[in-house]
Amino acid sequence: MEPDRSGAAAVVFEDVSLAFDDKVILDEVSFTLDHGHMKIILGASGAGKSTVLRLILGLLKPDSGSIFINGVRIDQMAERDLMKVRDGLGMVFQEGALFDSLTVRENVGYKLFEETDMPIPHVDARVNEVLGFVGLSEFRDRMPSELSGGQRRRVAIARALAAKPRVLLYDEPTTGLDPITALTIDDQVIKLRDLEHVSSIVVTHQLRDAFHIATHEAAMANGQLEFRKASPERAALTEFIMLKDGKVAFEGPAPELQESDDEYLRAFLS
Amino acid sequence: MSWLKRAALETQEYLRLIGQIFRGLISPPIYVRDIIEQLDAIGVGSLTVVLLTGMFTGMVLALQSGMTLDQFGARSMVGRLVSASMVKELGPVLTALMVTGRVGSGIAAEIGSMVVTEQIAALRALGTDPIRKLVVPRVVAGTVMLPILTAIADGVGVFGGALISNFQLRVAGSVFWNNVVQGLYLQDVWMGLIKPVVLGFALVTIACHVGLRTKGGTQGVGRSTTNAVVAASVAVLALDFFVTKILIATIY
Repeated sequence: MEPDRSGAAAVVFEDVSLAFDDKVILDEVSFTLDHGHMKIILGASGAGKSTVLRLILGLLKPDSGSIFINGVRIDQMAERDLMKVRDGLGMVFQEGALFDSLTVRENVGYKLFEETDMPIPHVDARVNEVLGFVGLSEFRDRMPSELSGGQRRRVAIARALAAKPRVLLYDEPTTGLDPITALTIDDQVIKLRDLEHVSSIVVTHQLRDAFHIATHEAAMANGQLEFRKASPERAALTEFIMLKDGKVAFEGPAPELQESDDEYLRAFLS
Repeated sequence: MSWLKRAALETQEYLRLIGQIFRGLISPPIYVRDIIEQLDAIGVGSLTVVLLTGMFTGMVLALQSGMTLDQFGARSMVGRLVSASMVKELGPVLTALMVTGRVGSGIAAEIGSMVVTEQIAALRALGTDPIRKLVVPRVVAGTVMLPILTAIADGVGVFGGALISNFQLRVAGSVFWNNVVQGLYLQDVWMGLIKPVVLGFALVTIACHVGLRTKGGTQGVGRSTTNAVVAASVAVLALDFFVTKILIATIY
């Protein structure tokens, strides 16, 4: 295993390139996600947004460049060793990707049931805890097919959370949801960032949700959870990355993105 | 050329899957609960269809061979023909084909839809190797259950043949069963049991391979299901020929 060259950062991309046949997906992409921070990756369909998440999980291998997760280099790693790295990662897939032959409880506790020696009562306690976090405690014995789109995403978030990962990856968490339901998902993402201090990468092309997540914070006030406009320090934790033709076209916080006079960015944001 | 390249790639991927399956068989983690579930789904679940196929095959075999044997005045030999054909050839092949239709299509559809809905990626993201979790249990169940199902098909087939001989051809039961025992050699039984091991392994691995390579949404799942059944059926018949050839050369 390579020595830890990347300090304490949660995710580091160094000049990562990937092409399928002759179609370039990523072209020397570099960025660093520090612990407790969030990156929101924007880009048109097919710009390689989801590919970034798959590379982080080791589901794909880059053609060149290096990727570090929690200080460990993973781009050359064998599948067997990757399983350990994935313990520190939680992924919320597009549409949820829940196992449709398993109940909500079995889905959420899947990793703990199948891949750890944790006793069943402890697993159930953890399942109840994370289902409570996403507000779906009463759905634990339902099948995924009995849930609405928004509920399915929340179960997917709960499943990603169950094993207490340090990094959460969201692949289009609000795509295909109505605006109101999308906001409930956004709030989960904000809560995890601000209350649990999970490092996260959100891939989306839903601008409204992206800016909502970037400009709001969750806080506990007198035992009550509330969402409010983020303080400047909090807002600085979240940065945007804009992918265009496989390259990073912009990287920076929300105000900078909104004030950019780059033509492509303007077109994308309008 | 591109066709050749695709075929070579497909073969390479299939062989790699076989390698991964063997690695999954001999090293932990092994998902015992999934193996038991699959033994039930593939074995017990296929029982009805195998019983029916075996029964009707044995009966029609007795009818047809009775007619042919009459031309030589050898109607009493019908037991020998039924048992030899059932145990050596029709039992293994027809059972494998029925299981391909029932189980092979199901496996390809299930794994294929898990691929297109990203459940396979989700499994990997959660630290589970989908080969060990999904493929190995099905391959174990298919390889173990097909010989058992075949033996059952052979049994009811010969029994069906006995019914027809007795009531239609008017061959006495004792003559029929005597003939069955005389007509069967130990090698025949071995052949009848070795074949389904090979066929079961092949049909399940092909269905899993096709399922895992599904692309293109729900339409792709449909295509995979069809491809799995076609490819596995052809493979069953082709493998049957080669295994027969090898076994005749080695055990007889």
